[in-house]
Amino acid sequence: MTARIVLLHLAVLLLLFALQFIASDYVILTLTRIMVLAVYASGYNLLFGYSGLLSLGHAMFFATGLYAAAIGTTRAGLSVPEAFLAATLIGVVVSSIMGVIVLRARGVGFMIVTLMFSQAAFLTVLYFGDYTRGDEGIVILDTIRIFSFLGRTIDLTDPLLRYNLALALLAILVALILVLVRSRFGHVLVAIRENEDRTAMLGYDVARYKFIAFVISGTLSAVSGATYALMFAYAGSTLASIQYSIHPLLWTLLGGASTTLGPMLGTGVMFLLVDFASGFTNVSLLITGAVLIALVLFFPKGILGSIRQRYLKWLP
Amino acid sequence: MTAILETRGLSRNFGGLKAVTDVDFTLEAGEIRAVIGPNGAGKTTFVGLISGRVAPSAGTILFEGADISHLPAFRRVRLGIAYTFQITSIYAKLTVAENVDLASHQRGTTDTRSCLEQVGLGDRASQVAGTLAYGHQRLLEVAMGLALRPKLLILDEPTQGLSDGEIDNFIELVRTLSKRATVLLIEHNMPVVMSLAHRITVLDRGSILAEGTPEAIRANPAVQAAYLGTADA
Ligand SMILES: Nc1ncnc2c1ncn2[C@@H]1O[C@H](COP(=O)(O)OP(=O)(O)OP(=O)(O)O)[C@@H](O)[C@H]1O
Ligand SMILES: [Mg+2]
Repeated sequence: MTARIVLLHLAVLLLLFALQFIASDYVILTLTRIMVLAVYASGYNLLFGYSGLLSLGHAMFFATGLYAAAIGTTRAGLSVPEAFLAATLIGVVVSSIMGVIVLRARGVGFMIVTLMFSQAAFLTVLYFGDYTRGDEGIVILDTIRIFSFLGRTIDLTDPLLRYNLALALLAILVALILVLVRSRFGHVLVAIRENEDRTAMLGYDVARYKFIAFVISGTLSAVSGATYALMFAYAGSTLASIQYSIHPLLWTLLGGASTTLGPMLGTGVMFLLVDFASGFTNVSLLITGAVLIALVLFFPKGILGSIRQRYLKWLP
Repeated sequence: MTAILETRGLSRNFGGLKAVTDVDFTLEAGEIRAVIGPNGAGKTTFVGLISGRVAPSAGTILFEGADISHLPAFRRVRLGIAYTFQITSIYAKLTVAENVDLASHQRGTTDTRSCLEQVGLGDRASQVAGTLAYGHQRLLEVAMGLALRPKLLILDEPTQGLSDGEIDNFIELVRTLSKRATVLLIEHNMPVVMSLAHRITVLDRGSILAEGTPEAIRANPAVQAAYLGTADA
């Protein structure tokens, strides 16, 4: 059972590794983006899918990482690895502070509070336009993105290197999520999702579990944001907007909430859909909305959730 | 004998409604105590105060001599107070064994199998809990309670929905269990109460109306007027 699960995840990662030898430049770039954003979606899924907390404000954590990395490299004189590390730590701090505040709310209240804080964060980005350059955005120069690390020259403008770095990050994430959700900790998160009262009456400190899940989720979002900024050399306010809070929800729902590979798959499929549809229309938001409605109405378990229900009961 | 639990002046209002009023209550270690009373008497609220599900409006609760009035529910569980819900509260989508695992893992034990066998659900371990008959879901609650290895086990109407045969087994189970834990049993089923309880506390409109041995309570005219005369048992 466990071997089967590990093999499946390894196979997915190996497939992604092999793809770089046959894929076109465009596909490589798209897949890199998908992998980086899949980290965001998976972090979101830990909170939404496994713990049952629907946040409408995760863009604030994605943006935290994004801007920490962009401002860190362009203004604070940090190297790329330093900026990445700083962005991760700031992600921990910001999600801890937010966690203390927003986890006081439950259910719809939680959705509203996260949404409001995220909007406030978005407006903050615009307000401090001198530093963030608003929706025009910060561009990270190539001179910064080519750096030496542990005696080697790393060139983040090299698409294949970026692809493999994104894949490495994804591999770490997949391992982390897999271990988490199959651990006692993960089981308690699911228990809280299924029946919070009962879980407290079994002696679990529900608030503490939720807080830890929230911080991990927010930090992974920040890591994704930082990677996004550093790899694609850009941080703009659109990436902090409500749209980017809805995206991970949509990707997770599409691929299958509370499945380990669902968010990744959902991110990929959604990219394909938008790509395909951009042949006829340039309103990607419309497609996003349509898919969201269709999912909720007809397909609430998403792709992998449905497959698990019908065929592969062992899918984690 | 020593008191395992004591409440002093314990009260809880819901708005203007006095659900529990000024209750002084003492429970001896090792006893089986039944709490009876008409619907709405405040029984569930009273044990909710003890387990920490409901915050008191006034009064104190001592458990093994320590003031637990302001401890959150999960800490009280860790101290050894387990509560089975009146309205069945299980993990409907998880299997029976996974339900009990969550309890035993919290205690760091691997008691799941034996707890399921004690309540008679040993052969249903891999069944999805939500598909159990109602009475069996009640037993699953009890199994989760057992897995917590409580010092004080609070059972809120555990025999609701059980067949006569299952009730007999249940009575045996509580007897065995009471060798290890103090039992506080809310029960409407009078034969169960009479055959199990060492002492009975009668709640009426939030206050203790009477307290004593089953014989004394049965003979108490005030109790008969308030409760037994209209009992559904
Ligand atoms: N959360 C609540 N909010 C408002 N009123 C409540 C609440 N919980 C209980 N009550 C009220 O308090 C009173 C006592 O209720 P409680 O559930 O404790 O009674 P009970 O003795 O357990 O009744 P039953 O035998 O029906 O289970 C009732 O009038 C009930 O309506
Ligand atoms: Mg009740």
